[in-house]
Formats: sequence, structure tokens, C-alpha cells
Amino acid sequence: MTHSTMRRLLAGAAMFCTPMMAHATDLEITHWWTSGGEAAAVKELAREFEAKTGHTWVDGAIAGSGDVARPVIVSRILGGDPMAATQLNHGQQARELIEAGLLLDLTDIAEKGKWREIVKPASLLDACTVDGRVYCAPLNIHSPQWMWTSPAAFEAAGATPATNWEELKAAAPKLREAGKVPLALGMQGWQQSYLVSGLIIAKGGKDAFYKAYRDADADLLSGEMITQVFGELAIARDLSKGGNVQDWNLATAKIINGEAGAQVMGDWAQGEFAVAGKVAGSDYNCFIGMGGDPVISTGGDAFYFPVNKDAAITEAQKELAKVILSPEAQVAFNLKKGSLPVRGDVDLAAANDCMKKGLETLAAGNVIDSTEQLISPDATGQINDLMSEFFGSDMAPADAQARFAEILTGDK
Amino acid sequence: MSGRDRPAQLLRNLPAKLAALPMILTALVVFIGCSLWTVVHSFTKSRLLPKLDFVGLDQYDRLWSTPRWLVSIENLAIYGICALILSLVLGFVLAALLDQKIRFEDGFRTIILYPYALSFIVTGLVWQWILNPDFGIQNIVRGLGFESFVFDPLHNPDQVLFALLIAGLWQGTGLVTVILLAGLRGIDEDIWKAARVDGIPAWKTYLRVVIPMMRPVFATCLVLVSAGIVKLYDLVVALTNGGPGIASETPAKYVYDSMFNKQNLGQGFAASTMMLLTVLIIIVPWAMFEFRGKRRD
Repeated sequence: MTHSTMRRLLAGAAMFCTPMMAHATDLEITHWWTSGGEAAAVKELAREFEAKTGHTWVDGAIAGSGDVARPVIVSRILGGDPMAATQLNHGQQARELIEAGLLLDLTDIAEKGKWREIVKPASLLDACTVDGRVYCAPLNIHSPQWMWTSPAAFEAAGATPATNWEELKAAAPKLREAGKVPLALGMQGWQQSYLVSGLIIAKGGKDAFYKAYRDADADLLSGEMITQVFGELAIARDLSKGGNVQDWNLATAKIINGEAGAQVMGDWAQGEFAVAGKVAGSDYNCFIGMGGDPVISTGGDAFYFPVNKDAAITEAQKELAKVILSPEAQVAFNLKKGSLPVRGDVDLAAANDCMKKGLETLAAGNVIDSTEQLISPDATGQINDLMSEFFGSDMAPADAQARFAEILTGDK
Repeated sequence: MSGRDRPAQLLRNLPAKLAALPMILTALVVFIGCSLWTVVHSFTKSRLLPKLDFVGLDQYDRLWSTPRWLVSIENLAIYGICALILSLVLGFVLAALLDQKIRFEDGFRTIILYPYALSFIVTGLVWQWILNPDFGIQNIVRGLGFESFVFDPLHNPDQVLFALLIAGLWQGTGLVTVILLAGLRGIDEDIWKAARVDGIPAWKTYLRVVIPMMRPVFATCLVLVSAGIVKLYDLVVALTNGGPGIASETPAKYVYDSMFNKQNLGQGFAASTMMLLTVLIIIVPWAMFEFRGKRRD
């Protein structure tokens, strides 16, 4: 390399560095967004953050689902080696960390940014608030109760494309004949648990959902309606036989390739369809819930900021919190991710049909809390275990119902 | 002994005692101290963080009424007995074969020991592919013309333990073989000569003479293999992740999932205390037997 090229390179490097030198900080951010669509969304957020603040986003993606990543994240915070920011689902997951004073109080940022006014629905911010103080920045709304269908699979089987759970059941024999799996379902407890909450909403609506998960109403849990739900689950178990997939995105791939009829999965599945270049309405269809009145569950992802000794990092953490709630980041991130923004005042003209369905439901106020907000991680884990057991064996629906009721009442 | 002698006794051979101090402290604080801490906290309702909020035996009640735990224990028992017997038997047979002064012994030894160099995670992933019905053994046999051949242990709750066993043995038998081979080499040549003179067949010499002589070597293998069985975790995570359903769950995985996924430390501590207890129940009688035996010598 000649002397002059070297000098030019150095000059270039200097020009690139100088403006940031003053207060550029490296922020390590951990999350478990590793599927194609998710990774694309994270890149948007990182770009937005780096462009706006001049700090550096050091990506700390943890492969695997939240079940793999959360323990890593929590042990790092507890072990005194905290990252600068981390994804968690808002709800009860971080509550004890907050109570132990391990997470940064964002109340001043929240008040300055008027989060109380812009975050819609307000329950998202409530989930971040403990004793009147705000500890997390909500990033998106994810609703786990969606049904995705593959028109191509139904067409190949000569069946009427299903628009709800009942129609899927009706079309199932034809799908089977054509060698398609009627229901693509990853064999992991958390995925199967979405079927339970989805079916409870489909059968009993909002009221039943809250009675079951929030109040642990013993009459309801042992009642006729939940019996029906578990009856449907046994049917779902048959419909999903032969799928042999573990991860949700592999199940989604079966929908994309037309190998399966439908999948019940959160709206993050949309990111996979987008990466595969599929168009909502023609290549795939989406339905909120499993038929019946559409209701959006307002769980989602939020960023938490572990307390850090370094003042520069604390400063940068607060700037990241601001960026997360900024309209630009909200639009850029959520369009890629397929999730809904947490502010009602941003323009999502570029949203596709599925997201628009979600936005309409959200605007109409048909929302419920997510199960993570209503029950403890312990109960969530037990329900997931119960579901893996149920779907992995020939357990009787009545036994599963009894244990489901026991878990929920035991959690209160 | 009079009271006056005692301080002298304590101070005798002081440098040696000082030198042993770090080891004693480590044993007391790290092993015994931490175990006690765990046992104490298993009686609390600690969630994400340990808290001394006692609830009596509640955690144990829940533990022993949780199907997943019961299945885990059963799995460990089945896997443990099969793995222990098979790895010792296979290991010994392989070692005896290698001991026949064959050619390329070094080569065979390397091949047999090689899987041990892989972690359980890699082992699990490798076998996940081999046992996958669409790509692995089933596919190959079907390709040979046996269209109805079915071999899909990973998705069959009744067979999944065998999949674990195959992968576990593939990985662990090499070590047993090599240790036993070293043991065989330690047997005096004269014993073989004496047996040959007496006209005793080779297999009988192995069974009646050689194996009893190799008792300490077998004890070493036993301890190594059993320790590996009790802490069985990573192989399950990589190969089946406990599935299908909960058919291949193990106690160690239950502990991990309770502590970190369910954020229920108390439950995890209760489960690990039970694991400790199981190990003690097996090891204490054995240790007492061994030590008493030595004293008598």
C-alpha cells in the first residue's frame, strides 16, 4: 500500500470518527430476534439509534427462543455483568429485578417524552410501571392469537380455504388426503399454549379470558366451556400429527411452501412471510384469533435497561429509550417485524393487509392483556410443560383440564 | 488423653495443616456450604431471587406431584441402568478385542476414543441428523428398497430414550474402553501363561481371573460413568429438548428450567436437593463398604 493511500484512509477514518469521539458509547443490547424477519427489524432499530445518537449498537443476539435467552439475560443482570439494554416481554418477567433495584428508572424520560399520552393502549405502559415509576420502554405490540393459512394448500387439496377454526376442522380430511398437514404446529410448549388462550377467546370471548387467566375462576375453569376448549385441543393434536417440527419459523415455512393448511402463531410470523417475499391476501391469509370477534392481545416486547455504574452508559441508555419511542423507529422497526407500533399517532401507510387488520382492531379498542401480564412466569412455564405433555402423548382432555385449572388457581 | 495435650496435637505438623487449609476451606465453603445453602432455600418460596421466606415442605409437595418430575426420575433410572451396564460391557468387549495384539491398534483406539473428544452438544446435533427420518437412517434404508422401514425414535415417546442411549454410548464408551484397556495391560503376562498351561479357555480367564483383578479400574469407570449419568443434561437439550412431549425430560433439566425459565428458585432447589439425596443414597453405602474393606486389609 502506498504512502498516500494509507494517509487517505487514515484521514477518512478520522473524519468518520471525530464527530462521534466526543460522546460515543458502545451499548451492548441483547435480544432473541434471530429469525429472518426479526433480524431485519433489529437492523432498522440499530440504524435508527446509531444515526440519531452517534452511539454504537453492539448487537448481542442470543439464538433460540425467549426460553433460551431469558435465563442468560437474567443471570447476567443478577451476576453483575449487565448489558446496556435488553429485550424482555413486559409483564411479570422483570418484576423482581425491578424490586431488587437492578433496572434503570426511566420515569424522567417517560415524563419528558409524555409517554403516558402517546402510548396506546395505556396498559402497555402500566406493564412497565411499578409503584408509579417507569422501568421499561415498550417497543411493539405482539398479539399471539393469529391464524395464518396457506390458500395454495387448500387449493391443492380441493378444499374451501378456511377463515376460522371450525372451517379448518372441516377441511382437514381433504388436506390429509392431499398429503398436507392441516395444522402446522411447532412441538414446543409455548407455541401450543397459544392455542389454549386462542381457543378460550374464540369460545368465551374477553370475559372468559380474564376470568381464566386473571381471576382463576374455579367455576369457569372446571366448567363446560373449558371442557370444550380441551376437546378442541385434542382435535388440534390430531390435526398437527406428522408435522415433526420444533421451531415456529419452520412451521411457518410449511405454510409458506404450501405444505400445511394453517398455523396458529403470533403476528411475528408475518416477518417470515415478508422475508419470503409473500403477499398478504393472495399468498397467505391472516385471521385475528381463531374466528369470532377479533381481539388483539397487547403483549409485546419492551426494552429494559439494567443499572450501570458508568455514567456515560446511563446517558446513552436514556437516549436509546427515547429512540425506541420515536415515531421513526416505531415505523421502521414494526414494518419489518410485522408487529404493531405502541403509539397510536404514527402513520403506517406502508402496512400490509394483515397489519391493517391489527391496527383497526387496536384502534377500535378491542384489546386484552397478554397472558404474561396476568400470570407469573412460573405458571406460564407449568402450562407450557402441560401442553408439551398433552401434545406429546395421548393424555385425556379432562385430565389436562384439571391440571390447567390447578396451575392457574395455584398461581393466585 | 488429657486436656493439656490437645493444643500440642493441633499444632503438630503445622506446615502440612496450613498447606491443607485452602483445600479444607474450599471443601467446607464451596461444597458443603453451598449445598447447605441450597437445601435451606429449598424450603422457601424464592422466585427469581433467593429469599428466606419459609413455606415448609410445599416445594417438595409440588415436586412430587408434578408429572414432569416423575417422568424425569423414571427416565434417569432407565437411562442410568442401561447406560451403566452397556457402557461397561461394550467398553470391556472392545478393550478385550483391542488387547488381542491386533494390527493398527493405535488407529482403532483413536477411532473409538474420538467421539469422546466431541461435546454432548455436538453429539446431540450429529445424532439428530442421523436419526431424522427424512435425512438419516430411515431415509437410507428406504433408499435401499425397504419402503416400509420405519425408524424414527426422536418422534416416538416410547423409543426416544433409546435414541439418547445410542448417542450417549457412542460418545462415552470410548473412554471406558481406553481405561479398561490400560487395566488389561496392567495384568501380568504370567497369569495368562499360567492359565494357558492349565488349559483354561480365554473367555473364562477373562471372566474368572482378569475381571476380578481389575476391580479398581472398574470402580474408576463406574464413578466416571455414573457422574455423567446423573448430570445428563446437554445431550438431552441438543438431541430432543425433552421431547416428544415430556418423554425424555431429565432431573437436571427440570432444575434448570425451574430456576431460570419459570423463575422459581425454590422449586429448582427442591429438585436439586432431591438429586443430591439420590447421589448420597447411592454413594454413602458404597463408600462405607469400600473404606471398611480397606481398613480390614
